Amino acid sequence: MIKFFSQPWPWYISGPAIAGIMGILIFSGKTFGFSANLSNICSMIGLGKRVTYFNFDWKRQQWNLWFLTGSVIGGYIAVHFFSSPDPLTLSTATVADLQKLNIPFDGKLEPSAVFNWDYLFTGKGMFLFLGGGFLIGFGTRYAGGCTSGHAITGLSNLQLPSLFAVIGFFVGGLFTTYLLFPIIFK
Amino acid sequence: MKAIKYILTGILFGIIMTKSEAVSWYRIQEMFRFQSIFMYGMIGTAVITGSILVALIKKYRLKDFRGRTIQFDSKDRHWKKYAIGGSIFGMGWALTGACPGPVFVLLGQGYMVMIPVIGGALAGTFAYGLFRDRLPQ
Repeated sequence: MIKFFSQPWPWYISGPAIAGIMGILIFSGKTFGFSANLSNICSMIGLGKRVTYFNFDWKRQQWNLWFLTGSVIGGYIAVHFFSSPDPLTLSTATVADLQKLNIPFDGKLEPSAVFNWDYLFTGKGMFLFLGGGFLIGFGTRYAGGCTSGHAITGLSNLQLPSLFAVIGFFVGGLFTTYLLFPIIFK
Repeated sequence: MKAIKYILTGILFGIIMTKSEAVSWYRIQEMFRFQSIFMYGMIGTAVITGSILVALIKKYRLKDFRGRTIQFDSKDRHWKKYAIGGSIFGMGWALTGACPGPVFVLLGQGYMVMIPVIGGALAGTFAYGLFRDRLPQ
């Protein structure tokens, strides 16, 4: 069992497993949508008094905050107990492209050249982590959902607006990858 | 006690996100560069499995664990906010290599640089709440 869990999972196992999470939440009477938690936290810390958008009963969304708490614990458990000893099998084309941007591929999940405190405290690091976070928060609330809410839940329910949102995800992602990354990392 | 159920589901989600490598900055770059089927296969099989599940629930009018008939919300039809908001999120997704779920999963994995990402995301959420009425919807 542990051995199975420790292998990297093929995408055709992971995809249905993600749909399974959506299924558990549906049968619990809830909707799978992670980014709603960003609003829930804003409401929880009392911002509803100042901004009407956060003026809702966050306690009704408490289940989602518990789900968030679990996801943090799950990340801890996964790396400490089910970690794969093998390096990530990234496409050689991606490895070569990132090399040109001075981001060496180290076989881990996240590039250690970028994911560290020293890099964070550079102007570029600030833009990447703080700016990137800001865009995630602003964008997901504007679009009313993120990958879980639109790409998984919305598309599974054949919602056309979710398709617009997912196309938007790619417009923004391609813009950043092909136009911003050469400026940021070179 | 209800909390336990959602914490356990969240733990499962965190493990799946990690083992699927969907939390990987490298995988997101590979996806946006169209250099592997990996992420497309994962999202594709998730949506195929999910849509079969949703169709079955609708067809057989299935009930949830508490015995209530499951209903699905329809999204409103203002395509502009989905396209614009989606594009803004997409930029953040490519920069950090993480969507909101993975941001918290990575924090659990010990990537403390996710703390400023969460701070930024809350600031972005607050800014949206503040300027919402002045944005095209």
